[in-house]
Amino acid sequence: MAETFAKPAVAAQAHGIRVAGQVPRRLLAYLLLISGSVVFVIPLLWMLRTSLLSPDLIFADPPVWIPVPAQWQNYAQMWAAGPFLDWVQNSVIVTAIGVVALTASSTLAAYGFARTKFVGRDKLFILVLATMMIPFQVRLVPEYMLFNWFGWVNTLYPLIIPSLFGSAFYIFILRQFFLTLPRELDEAAAIDGASTWVTLWQIIVPLAQPAIATVAAFAFIDQWNDFLRPTIYLYTPESLTLAVGIRWFVGNYANQYHLMMAASMVALLPMIIVFFIAQKQFMQGIALTGIKG
Amino acid sequence: MSASVAARRYHWWRKNHGILYILPWLVGFLILQLFPFVASLAISFTKWDFGSAPSYIGLDNYRQLAADPVVLQSVVNTIYYTVLSVPGGLVLAFLLAVLLNQEVRGIAIYRTAFYLPSVTAGVATSVIWIWLLQPDGLVNKGLGLFGVHGPSWLASTTWSLPALVIVSLWSVGGPMILFLAGLQGIPQSLFDAVSIDGGGNLSKFFHVTIPLMTPYVFLTSVLGIIGSFQVFTSALVMTQGGPAGSTTFIVLLMYWEGWQWWRMGYASALAWALLVVILIFTALQFRLARSWVYYEYDRSETGGG
Repeated sequence: MAETFAKPAVAAQAHGIRVAGQVPRRLLAYLLLISGSVVFVIPLLWMLRTSLLSPDLIFADPPVWIPVPAQWQNYAQMWAAGPFLDWVQNSVIVTAIGVVALTASSTLAAYGFARTKFVGRDKLFILVLATMMIPFQVRLVPEYMLFNWFGWVNTLYPLIIPSLFGSAFYIFILRQFFLTLPRELDEAAAIDGASTWVTLWQIIVPLAQPAIATVAAFAFIDQWNDFLRPTIYLYTPESLTLAVGIRWFVGNYANQYHLMMAASMVALLPMIIVFFIAQKQFMQGIALTGIKG
Repeated sequence: MSASVAARRYHWWRKNHGILYILPWLVGFLILQLFPFVASLAISFTKWDFGSAPSYIGLDNYRQLAADPVVLQSVVNTIYYTVLSVPGGLVLAFLLAVLLNQEVRGIAIYRTAFYLPSVTAGVATSVIWIWLLQPDGLVNKGLGLFGVHGPSWLASTTWSLPALVIVSLWSVGGPMILFLAGLQGIPQSLFDAVSIDGGGNLSKFFHVTIPLMTPYVFLTSVLGIIGSFQVFTSALVMTQGGPAGSTTFIVLLMYWEGWQWWRMGYASALAWALLVVILIFTALQFRLARSWVYYEYDRSETGGG
């Protein structure tokens, strides 16, 4: 008996606390969100500020927050201090070809795994998943031997050619998405006499655009940021990509923070631009991977 | 007779032609995955300076590896880094996701602020943090506001590794978005059920949110551990493995052995040691998962997922 009376009372009490707690709770949420955002964004703003600051003000105490007047010549000085044009060119080549090749080859493989049948399909897909679990450093030495044998060391080929064969993670994301599209679409197309190739390009690809755009955005970031491979394969200053070029630059201009930050800005800018263009894709993309378990 | 063979072949291809779509991946798998994987194991049993032919030395590389104090230090450092950065990253990502899941105005701005650093992670990020972590840098200035006298991060054997962990926490946006997607997929009906039973916000959090999020936490920790064992860029750019080897990680050591000192056999053995450590940790996680990951509830039944 006591229990039946107690229950509503507890519920009312809990309700009361919630109403009363609503305002402080929301206030707390705002407080944490704002202070957290500031902490997360400050490093980027501090970099921007340092890149535009006159060198003699960098260590000023109290710190100068806003670089007035902006020292744009820092960027000119940085640009002249290393073969930046070569680095940007190399990075653009590696990234542009890489994004197209990775997206296309991963889309083909994902379509094969998700929408067609062939002997051993599911066993092969387990291999795709297994390669995601194995650190690629294990393959690095033989890969180096192989590409060295091809005469590809100190060229961009080792950074470009592997992208022609797709990437396990992108194949996985796209396959998961393709599986969510209704089967009836393929069947209707087949009845109309469409081959699987036509079905892929005219039905699946248009419908899977958000997932494909997600993969392209991820591929852009990965290719642009790729570090271990170019560190190993490229050694003359002009042959570097921007990511490893920055490291070369830091080695030669250590403690010239205004130049280091300007160089970092050049490396970051394309990623920030891509992020704002493809923001929705990034947010959805991670959710798209369908990891419900 | 030959006509029927041709017909059978045609029929087989009609049924199995889908294999053509995965052909690029399959070729890449054989040449760039399977062959190097097997070859690397073979090379790890040799002494190979790359200039002359490799010579078979059996398990010598592995024996040397086990006795090498630098290797031991790199393994300890890598595990220490993982133990700090993966749980720390998960907790931070989860808290940020819970915050972003509140009904507040301007959520897109906060989400962007938290997520942007993870997109920009890489060399440029490492360079920024060299600057922020100077003894008189912004991090220590910030700590000074709270009366804390900050250490000389990257120059300190005690604080260099935690400094790299801080940098990794800064780019925690990926798991955060994953958790946010998971939180938004929890059906409201479950929270309502807790309310009807008289439960408050805390019991909603502990009896609905946490159990339903465990599959996400599991996935993130598996991938997070695999990733953090491969830590390389920040250590090479920010500390070059120092000071006094305090940030020498397994992959960094492998890079030096292979491409600074051209000891390819030893570098391959190190890579295999890395693989074994990762497999042990991954297997352990799958084993432990049975006791804490909650899979019984099927989202598709209520249309929540």
